[in-house]
Amino acid sequence: MNPNINDKDSRKIVDIIQSYAQKHSLWVLAYGTGCGAIEIPPTMTSRYDAERFGITGRPTPRMADVLLITGYLATKTLKRVIRSYEQMQSPKYVIGFGSCTINGGMYWDSYNTIKSLDHYLPVDVYINGCMPRPEAVISGFVKLQEMISNGTANGWEKYRDNLDLYRSQQKEVIKNWQMPDYNW
Amino acid sequence: MSFDWIKLLGFIVTPLIASAVGFTYMGLSRKITARVQNRIGPGISQSFIDVVKLYSKKTAINHGLMQHMGPVFAITASITTLLFLPVIKDSIFFANFSFRGDLIFLIYIMVFGQLGMALGAGQTGNPNSAIGVSRGLSQMVGFKVPYVMALVAIMIHAKSTNLQEIIAVQDGFRNWMVFQMPLASLAGLLAYLGYMGYAPFDVPFAPAELASGPPSEFGGKYLALMMTSRSIFTFAKLVLFVDVFFGGASNFIELLIKTFLLYLFALFVGLVNPRFRTEQSIQFWWKWPTAIGALALLLVAWKG
Ligand code: SF4
Repeated sequence: MNPNINDKDSRKIVDIIQSYAQKHSLWVLAYGTGCGAIEIPPTMTSRYDAERFGITGRPTPRMADVLLITGYLATKTLKRVIRSYEQMQSPKYVIGFGSCTINGGMYWDSYNTIKSLDHYLPVDVYINGCMPRPEAVISGFVKLQEMISNGTANGWEKYRDNLDLYRSQQKEVIKNWQMPDYNW
Repeated sequence: MSFDWIKLLGFIVTPLIASAVGFTYMGLSRKITARVQNRIGPGISQSFIDVVKLYSKKTAINHGLMQHMGPVFAITASITTLLFLPVIKDSIFFANFSFRGDLIFLIYIMVFGQLGMALGAGQTGNPNSAIGVSRGLSQMVGFKVPYVMALVAIMIHAKSTNLQEIIAVQDGFRNWMVFQMPLASLAGLLAYLGYMGYAPFDVPFAPAELASGPPSEFGGKYLALMMTSRSIFTFAKLVLFVDVFFGGASNFIELLIKTFLLYLFALFVGLVNPRFRTEQSIQFWWKWPTAIGALALLLVAWKG
């Protein structure tokens, strides 16, 4: 008898198939918040062709797996980003794109942008650079694929478990919070 | 009537084959699109991977009963359509439910899935869905006219409303309906372009302006069900048009070749065309295809 047969950590064949599919089919909702969004079209089209990795753009958050946040986030935009993120179906991933999402970048002393994205949303992968070139974007996606296949891309679980913490941090910057509650 | 085990097995196997073929064609179409745009493109199995991913999503949101039912209606209609088609000529295994008058029944049942989807999309309350549904239904009013005219002309010509008899009329390459009835076939094949929903007739789905239209609020498993339904329905449509216009297929290889060529026709027209506006697309069908269909009807009534 295999001693691992009832082991919770052993991976079943279904899990292997699922993680393979999740890894090789990433549907992106590109939230073009900042100037970095200009690098998304060349990444997706003929020159760099992200589709060969199974990465395609999707028009609505309901269908998407990856929320790609391209650059600085004004507090007004953050509200919409949170709403979009909560409409996505899990497992879902967030990629922070550009220095602005990491530490504020060149907007570090601005009065109305957020400085560090992972106070408000669980970021799985950061791509640094101002702005990152398409090669860097694709390498970020490949990093995300590696994380999915070894099971460490679980930002959505972190968000679900620490919802109160995230909410309080979000409400610190969004003063007029008039949004419905989270629906999974 | 004795219970027919072979037929029962056929009912189960046919939708599975249909969805496998449909997904493969969808994957191939993405590859071909990529090559036309000078890209490398995803692998052929990409559609399978996408649908498995969607089925393995852990959450699913719905806004009410009708949204829950919409994809179910769609997949029911696709499987029903498929089961009333003689997929392979003279084969008991793939003849399924084909009966006298099945072509008339098919004209009706093929609308059912889209109506179910329209109800489901209507309940989501997304304005993009509502616009997409209204566009889709108006477009259907457009291409149904030449489509029905072509089919009626063919039914009069073959003196039968049974698909198997219509196939039997066209034995031999030179007796295919496209050569027997060129005008009706032209109208029918133009309507086929509308059925496939590639550009310039992708008015209801328009990803850039409508955020993909009717399915815009569907995610996870609902979307997976809709993709499965679409793959089966694509195959069913291809088989129907091959049966009516290209003499059916007597084995599976022939079926695959004929359906794939027909699929490529729609795909290539789609690749080189931009999108029509709604009224342009309806005007398109109510002008030439309808005129050609009416002419075909007049000719066949005058002759026969
Ligand atoms: S990181 Fe640079 S390119 Fe990106 S949004 Fe900030 S300033 Fe713009």
